Amino acid sequence: MKILVCAKRVPDPNLPIAVRADGLGIDDRDLTFVVNPFDEVALEEAIAMRERATEPVEVLAVGIGSESCDEQLCLAMAMGADRAVLVLCDEPLDSWNVARILRQIVLREMPQLVLMGKQAIDDDSNQAGQFLAAQLGWPQATFASRVEVRDGGLRVDRETDAGIETVHVCLPAVVTVDLRLNQPRYAALAAILRARRKPLERLTLDALGVAVEPRLRVVSLQSTSGARSCRVAGSADELLAELRAAKVL
Amino acid sequence: MRILVVAEQDGTAVRLASRSALTFARSCAAATDGRVQWLMLGHQLDMPAADAAAFAPVLVADNPALLHPLADRFAHLIAAAVRHCQADLLVAAAGTWAKDIVTRAAGLLGGAMAGDVVAHEFHEGRFYLQRPMYAGAVLATVELCGAPQIITVQPSAYPPAEPGSTAAEITRLDVNEADLPQQMEYVGRVSQRTARPDVSDARVIVSGGRAVQSVEDFERLVGGLADSLGGATGSTRPLVDAGIAPSDSQVGQTGKIVAPDLYIALGLSGTVQHLAGMKSAKCVVAINRDPDAPVFTAADYGLVADIYETVPELIAKLGDPDGKARSRRS
Repeated sequence: MKILVCAKRVPDPNLPIAVRADGLGIDDRDLTFVVNPFDEVALEEAIAMRERATEPVEVLAVGIGSESCDEQLCLAMAMGADRAVLVLCDEPLDSWNVARILRQIVLREMPQLVLMGKQAIDDDSNQAGQFLAAQLGWPQATFASRVEVRDGGLRVDRETDAGIETVHVCLPAVVTVDLRLNQPRYAALAAILRARRKPLERLTLDALGVAVEPRLRVVSLQSTSGARSCRVAGSADELLAELRAAKVL
Repeated sequence: MRILVVAEQDGTAVRLASRSALTFARSCAAATDGRVQWLMLGHQLDMPAADAAAFAPVLVADNPALLHPLADRFAHLIAAAVRHCQADLLVAAAGTWAKDIVTRAAGLLGGAMAGDVVAHEFHEGRFYLQRPMYAGAVLATVELCGAPQIITVQPSAYPPAEPGSTAAEITRLDVNEADLPQQMEYVGRVSQRTARPDVSDARVIVSGGRAVQSVEDFERLVGGLADSLGGATGSTRPLVDAGIAPSDSQVGQTGKIVAPDLYIALGLSGTVQHLAGMKSAKCVVAINRDPDAPVFTAADYGLVADIYETVPELIAKLGDPDGKARSRRS
């Protein structure tokens, strides 16, 4: 079995995000970059599936973006991915074009399963997996919190607004994962150094035969502030009195 | 613009969130001299379709094969309906149902989609949409290229639409079961829902964070205070991860985005990811032992206190304001 896992390079979610003065992008001067936390969960799941499997499983990590994405792909391989593909592309991509590029990789590699985060913590789109499944005509299981190989397919628990929903999907399939699926392992330094010797293939959009067709154009960005001025009460009674005075209660 | 709005239903009526999507659609129709229709999919839809018809004309795909929401067949039918109606715009409420199904339909329709839209504007013939990014730290103004366009709106950003004066037409769509994709199968659903209001559209939400130590404490403190205010219970990701709160109560970047009149945050620190889900609340009250907790910077009212001591006191005082209840009973 071959599993394709996405590893998007995103800013560290613990750092504050500021918009550039021109309003056309974020200020990345003081940012550090990580593997999208949702993709990290997808990677962990793929590696754990390989460890549990009785037959050979290959885990292929895919990144799309600038040359610096090799840092995240190395981390993916340090976690346990067998090899990686980096699709070089310097222009910003919307989910539609990400899915189109992934589709070409899927057609080249023919995996039985694509595992990816349900969303990336930069654009928060939650689209690429569903777009990819639609483009391939494959079944999908989104927001997975449990994945089990069963009856030649997958039984997946999905986290929905209405509770935990369970579906069975045939393979090949696209599964997008939620954070509660697992706890990703840490990559040890020695593993990171060893990962540099694992195969990392670089591809261009030309080589894949993909020309970017924009579907969503970002016009401008603005920072939002959720800051409010807080009136701190001295006691529960005082808090209730203030809330009643403000007609909140 | 010809606009189709996907109507989620609960077996008897259109969900409130879909009525918010209808408000957005009506505004787009008014700006473009367009018209709006519902699209409802499922099985045994007579009651919910009649409810929907009070608001707008309804296209109904009713078939036993649509009893459960399976993304492959639902998306197939939604895309077919959009093509059949030559719709320019497909709208839905941004919940997990639409993020799964309508996004897949968008993938069949060319991918011109914006999700989680919170504001929109028609300006000099262009259609601008605003949506949050980076856990709500950034608000992006975006434009879609290509047609049809697919938009999910955050229900908290648009009030639910009101019914029209007369019932509109209900049109049944043909569903050919043999044409439906069969690669997915519904196994079941476990709902942890309580008798309390749904966190997505409650006017009052009481949320618990890491300070809550057990399922029992969550029910007694968070649930208890919610009950005395007629509100819903919410939670943070760590609390759901710990198995203390149900997953469908999670508020935040990857959970639900809410905009209640009153949001009471109990013993939660206020991570960026959590604040992304509740920053549109009209009034935020934070109770936390740590005076430096970031949640206080996002709150209108605060109390530095241990929730285990303060919340029982609040519940008692709310249940018995000024001792009046006691005097009535005696």
